[in-house]
Amino acid sequence: MKALQLHHELTAIWRTEPGWRGHLRSVNHSDIGKRFIVAAFVFFAIGGVLAMLIRAQLATPRSAFVGPEVYNQLFTMHGSIMMFLFAIPMFEGLTMYLLPKMLGARDLAFPRLSALGWWCYLFGGTIIVLAMLAGVAPNAGWFLYPPLSGRTYTPGINSDVWLLGVTFVEISAMCAAIEIAVSILKLRAPGMRLDRMPIFAWYMLATAGMMIFGFPPLILGSILLEVERAFGWPFFDPALGGSPLLWQHLFWLFGHPEVYIIFLPAAGAVSTILPVMARARLLGYGAIIAAIMALAFLSFGLWVHHMFTTGIPHMALGFFSAASALVAVPTAVQIFAWLGTLWSGRPQMKLPMLYLIGFFIVFVLGGLTGVMLAMVPFDAQAHDTAFVTAHLHYVLVGGFVFPMLAAAYYWLPHVTGRQRVMRIGEAAFWLIFIGFNLTFFMMHLTGLLGMPRRIDTYPEGMGWTALNLLSSIGGFLQAFGFALFLIDVVLQIGLGRVHRRNPWGATTLEWAMATPAPAYNFASLATVTDREPLSTQPDLGVRLARGEGLLAVARNGWRETMVIDMTTGAPEHVAILPGNSWLPITTAAMLGGFFLSMLAGLYAVAPLFLPMVAWLGWRWAWTNGYHEDVGPLDAGHGYRLPPSFEAERTTGWWGSVLALGASATLFTALLFGYAFLWTIAPNWPPPRLIAPSLAVPALASAGAALSVVTARQGRIAAALGGQAAIVVALVLLLWWAPAPTGHAYAATSAAIAAYGIFHAGTAMLILAFVAARARAGFHSPARSGEVRIARLWSDHGAAAGAFCAILLVVPGWLA
Amino acid sequence: MSTIDPAGPYARSVTGLWWVMLGGAALLSLLVFVLLALAFRRRPDGDGVANPRLWIGWLGLAMPGAVLLPLLGYALVIGARTLPVPAEDAVAIDVVARRYAWDFGYPGGRRTRDVLHIPAGRPVDLEITATDVIHSLWVPRLAGKMDAIPGQTNRLRIEADAPGTYQGECAEYCGTGHGNHGFVVVAHDAAGWAAFIGERAR
Repeated sequence: MKALQLHHELTAIWRTEPGWRGHLRSVNHSDIGKRFIVAAFVFFAIGGVLAMLIRAQLATPRSAFVGPEVYNQLFTMHGSIMMFLFAIPMFEGLTMYLLPKMLGARDLAFPRLSALGWWCYLFGGTIIVLAMLAGVAPNAGWFLYPPLSGRTYTPGINSDVWLLGVTFVEISAMCAAIEIAVSILKLRAPGMRLDRMPIFAWYMLATAGMMIFGFPPLILGSILLEVERAFGWPFFDPALGGSPLLWQHLFWLFGHPEVYIIFLPAAGAVSTILPVMARARLLGYGAIIAAIMALAFLSFGLWVHHMFTTGIPHMALGFFSAASALVAVPTAVQIFAWLGTLWSGRPQMKLPMLYLIGFFIVFVLGGLTGVMLAMVPFDAQAHDTAFVTAHLHYVLVGGFVFPMLAAAYYWLPHVTGRQRVMRIGEAAFWLIFIGFNLTFFMMHLTGLLGMPRRIDTYPEGMGWTALNLLSSIGGFLQAFGFALFLIDVVLQIGLGRVHRRNPWGATTLEWAMATPAPAYNFASLATVTDREPLSTQPDLGVRLARGEGLLAVARNGWRETMVIDMTTGAPEHVAILPGNSWLPITTAAMLGGFFLSMLAGLYAVAPLFLPMVAWLGWRWAWTNGYHEDVGPLDAGHGYRLPPSFEAERTTGWWGSVLALGASATLFTALLFGYAFLWTIAPNWPPPRLIAPSLAVPALASAGAALSVVTARQGRIAAALGGQAAIVVALVLLLWWAPAPTGHAYAATSAAIAAYGIFHAGTAMLILAFVAARARAGFHSPARSGEVRIARLWSDHGAAAGAFCAILLVVPGWLA
Repeated sequence: MSTIDPAGPYARSVTGLWWVMLGGAALLSLLVFVLLALAFRRRPDGDGVANPRLWIGWLGLAMPGAVLLPLLGYALVIGARTLPVPAEDAVAIDVVARRYAWDFGYPGGRRTRDVLHIPAGRPVDLEITATDVIHSLWVPRLAGKMDAIPGQTNRLRIEADAPGTYQGECAEYCGTGHGNHGFVVVAHDAAGWAAFIGERAR
């Protein structure tokens, strides 16, 4: 009876309100995760239709199915949709749905941030697809190389759709990355030390870290290219000191980690599902974690292998070639750990296992062609041919789509509470598997026979005709296979039999709950003593539902979950999470207004949306915290823990650290661009340098010092004044600097100054917020978390501002 | 247009590399697939826990390391051999790519469009640039490709064994005409080449 009462009380607190209103206000991680998954599958279907059109065009030589203008939009959109609107959101959705359940928590660290990410993704993706329907889709390739994507050669809004739409969606990816990293580090079941985490969490921790450092270069590149297109700042124009290669560096600095960002979550799913199918423990847990970390680290050191034919010196290529080949080692460690796991147990050929076998075969072949392409001389032949198309589909479909299909069949019972009845999944597998190999195995040969990528027609007599026809037939087989998969899933949701708890006999915590999952996940929180809680405590789910765990209480209408020490897993404090809210959707709508007015060329209107976003952010933060001291809460089992607003280091503090880390990465990429252009680009030195003033760096440094010192003494107004001095100094510097449209030097200098102004301005806003909160009684000696967070932003603004001001006048001094 | 039907020393060395890698890849994938298949053989009750040292240490770490290091060395040597190092008999030709043509300029001032004339049996150093967007020059049977990038000049060495004609194409997506952005390479014997660039044949 206790269980039922607890269920009702917790549901009242955690539930999503009924009807449309509830749908728009929901912040629940299960809801948001499922939405991401469904939307990503819809985009996958759209991308798949585009792929079918591409294959229809290439099925025969001299095809007149579509012209080159349409064809260029087709392959650009196919790549962009599959990368940005399918792959990343799909694993984000899977992770948002699963992670808290696997970690034994009730929700993610920043529920409203997930919701904001969802709306940004939906709006951004919609903009991109609507542009395609209007016939103004991006058409410069998913890699958008300038000068082709620049204003001269793509005068329409095609490239702007990509730059603005993808950047809008990228906001969602950055939100998800910070969300996932903080949730894994801090929101776990008590006792879940790092070495007791489910392997999926390790994979996602590495993935989130890679996103935090991998996405900023692309966001920076997109901003620079959009500014070049809109305002004529010549970052990539060689006639004015820019370089088209700068874009390629920034793009692939993101683009290569990106493919591992896509692969790792899928590998995490494999490492989770495969031991269950093999009825064995995962072999080499520690070795796999080491391999994940090595892969994450190495993946940032091999972006140049996408640029082997751009004229980079051979010795430099040798380094990147070696790094690209070495990345095969951590991958091999995982492959053989999985094989060893299968050998340890007695694997059953259930449906998820069948898809995992498809993954093994396809992914290993893709990995081997990857090693081939890492060899510079071979790449010089194969680069930009169908061979590379084949390779990338082998690794991405093999390394992501097959594991996701396995994951779909494995976790569907968890989402729906039902088991499948019809046996369509096997037929779907064979259609997809055979169709896939027919399509892409042929492309290796087509490429070796000299067929380049991205051509809309080809003549007869090249030896490409039969191969292309086979590829097209295979493509359509795959399409039927995916249609069958969809039918199978729909049937399972509608007609499946209700199953017992934990139908696969898994050992991870997400199966220690009723399915479909209740809004609060766990009526009380587990205490974890080993890596496989459900094998040592099979009845854990029932005991948690009876309230025998921690936080088995519904109090004050609070959404409570446990925050632990990062390494030891000891309970630290109780997080009070925010509930349903209008803020995510309204904030996303304002951001959407900004991006749409940029797209429409209304450059006077666009900035008006930013104060709205800032105001909503203010409201957003204002709802946190508490206006009186509460003291420690009873968490059960004798634990008395402070609530999050009286905690030393809140999740918000960790989130700020990661957000600033991402921002610092963007700044580093910008400095790289500045140095790169200075040393590599043609038409340097610039006609006029920034005047070597003393006043500007002195004012900025003084402001920075003032801000850093006074923020520590709690003199918020003085700290705000210091940040204002930085803004004034940098604005003056820009005022006296040469016009940014004249030369890439002036343009990059202006971009650097803009970074400093933005961060000092943000720090001013945050300091003003803290001052207002203090006046409203939200702070006390016990409740000082916000001041600590503000100090992070203020210190970063100070350091960045002073650094920018000094850096920008140095060339003038040296000249 | 086939890379596996080479007609010059640089393309031939890459073709050799390709066949070696194909053989190695076939063996490795066979190994993985056999191990995968054997995991499903009927056993009275599992083999117990597999030995991590064997699976992860030897198969996961040592084996790829042992395969990759020699391969890297081999590829590095081949790559170094294709570099345009100073050579007695090398001919320098400048190439300008644009939408949608290829312009070639020869020693002695002669220029051609969409037909590249070269002497057979001698290394030819192409100095490649572009005037509008990025293109990439590729003659699959003679050598690897090299991008033509506005604002910079890249060098690529190609060589044909024997007189004849070879197809070239643009390998970097450059807009709506990308599919037809090809050219022809004509390799001449010594007398033909001399006649072409206007030297008196002696």
